[in-house]
Amino acid sequence: MTFLKSREAILLGALVVLLILIASRFPSFILPSNLVAVFTDTTPLLILALGQMAVILTRCIDLSVAANLALTGMVCAMINVAAPGLPIGFVLVVALSLGAVLGAINGLFVWKLGIPSIVVTLGTMTIFRGMVFVISEGQWINAHEMTAAFTGWPRHIILGVPVMAWIGLAAFAIMAVVMNSTTLGRSFFAVGGNPHAAVYTGLNVGRTQFYAFVLSGMLAGLCGYLWVARYAVAYVDIAGGFELDVVAACVIGGLSIAGGAGTVFGTVLGALFLGVVKNALPVVNISPFWQLAISGAAIIIAVFFNARAGKAQQGRVILKSAERTQ
Amino acid sequence: MSVLDLKPQMPNRLTTPFERTFKSWEMLLVGVAVFIFIFNCFASPYFLNAWNLSDATFNFTEKAMIAFAMTLLIISGEIDLSVAAIIALASTMMGVAMEAGATTPVLVLVGLTTGVMCGAFNGVLITRFGLPSIVVTIGTMSFFRGLSYIILGDGAYRGYPADFAWFGQGYVFWVISVEFVIFVILAVFYTILLHKTNFGRAIYAVGNNATAAAFSGIRVERVKLILFLLTGLMSGLAAVCLTSRLGSTRPSIASGMELEVVTMVVLGGVNILGGSGSVPGVIIAAFIMGLVTFGLGLLNVPGIVMSIFLGVLLIGVIALPRLWSRVRRG
Repeated sequence: MTFLKSREAILLGALVVLLILIASRFPSFILPSNLVAVFTDTTPLLILALGQMAVILTRCIDLSVAANLALTGMVCAMINVAAPGLPIGFVLVVALSLGAVLGAINGLFVWKLGIPSIVVTLGTMTIFRGMVFVISEGQWINAHEMTAAFTGWPRHIILGVPVMAWIGLAAFAIMAVVMNSTTLGRSFFAVGGNPHAAVYTGLNVGRTQFYAFVLSGMLAGLCGYLWVARYAVAYVDIAGGFELDVVAACVIGGLSIAGGAGTVFGTVLGALFLGVVKNALPVVNISPFWQLAISGAAIIIAVFFNARAGKAQQGRVILKSAERTQ
Repeated sequence: MSVLDLKPQMPNRLTTPFERTFKSWEMLLVGVAVFIFIFNCFASPYFLNAWNLSDATFNFTEKAMIAFAMTLLIISGEIDLSVAAIIALASTMMGVAMEAGATTPVLVLVGLTTGVMCGAFNGVLITRFGLPSIVVTIGTMSFFRGLSYIILGDGAYRGYPADFAWFGQGYVFWVISVEFVIFVILAVFYTILLHKTNFGRAIYAVGNNATAAAFSGIRVERVKLILFLLTGLMSGLAAVCLTSRLGSTRPSIASGMELEVVTMVVLGGVNILGGSGSVPGVIIAAFIMGLVTFGLGLLNVPGIVMSIFLGVLLIGVIALPRLWSRVRRG
């Protein structure tokens, strides 16, 4: 019963209603093959939103994810052009570790110098984006310059589903375990829920925030490779403004911007909701220029309802059963 | 006991000691500005020219107009990231009005009204419903610019009336542009508003401790709402100037400007968490940013590389004092 009243159930219901509405006029939209395509298209948003979730849980925000993605993507593409023989596994390791390093830069400023995360990541957002221009000298790297293995790997089909979508599912599964069943995941909740209490329980608040930024950066790096490989092009402005979609997905998914409250499943649903809207717009013949306003409106509506729901119950009670027995 | 020994015991000096004035953030900024100015003089032979320097002011006048209002808003503990999107929407609405045959005064009125209405939208959501300003304005940042994209698509408005160009391209006297005069008037206005009026004191009170401010009779929500309206109005004014200067409107107009405005405010010594800061600091910061971008421009540095400098500047000015105090503590 508690699930039916939960935010996830409402969001799931909204998603189903949205799909039914689209399907009532365009039945081909809900064909399994198309749904897989929509999910694949949403995968970068989903992965980035999961990383952002960790950051927002600890009362921070990471606005540099899209710039991190662009920089890592460009580096991966340049490595591929310079050394076409290197295996994809090596590129993936580079993407993950470069992303993690960029995230660690954000995290260090927040942890060691106590600078508000919004200032740090606004700054690194422009720095990373500028670095893409510096290393590429403003040039594009196009499909014919990349190797077939580099661009083909995320599109490789396993059991009818592209590798990219499998990575999205894997990220969902791994993050669900990390967030719910590991010390690190629970410390994200603890630090965001009540930093003072977290200190008394022996958690280092700054270091936990640092880990959240590293996680967010690492996932952004992964998306950098996936993005460049899938669209088979790398240039300065890829994923421009995408950080807003990522924050939108988190807020729609029920994450509290005040930290400490939210679920992995909700965040995934938030990303899927935006992904379905984005993919449905051309199908139902609405100009893609509507998309920005729609995601903006979705953020405002979501944060409005989050605040309403938050007033009824302050914070999140982790041990409900323990409280009831008292 | 000599006279010298007694000196430090003098209590509660009313005048600021020379040393403290000298060490203040504003004086440091003046030093940086002078350094950059001298550096630019040597770096490029084209720098020290009245017309070139006049052109350089356009690099910061529009941003500074918004930065003044943003200074007050950030001191009160809120932030508005939607200012650049408000410019886009206000500029688009002016384009719509222009297509309908509006004259210049009507165009200006449309721009300012759109700005105030956007500010009211932000302010009501934040103060009436108690929502966090960062998320709301990230949302309206997409929403306002999205409306602009819906109206314009990939098109553009051109053909503003000839006398409309006065705001962005006109000169009052010799090399003194209209925009620079507006900048100076606003600088004086905001300095007085923040530092010499009850309303200004209320802003500091709200930013330092909103609960205590409420108990001392300050209507916290109303102060914040007024500041959001003011920020919207300034964005509308900046939209008028920018549209007039460029002579056209595209939905991508002023994209990323919110970052430069926040950088300017933070560089000016305003605490991003609210409670402290001064308008004179932001005025000097505006000049510094104008000098840096203009100097780099003369050296043929591309715009996106300049943005790296601004990002480094933003983090650097906050990080260095903190790093310094950490080193000193050991």
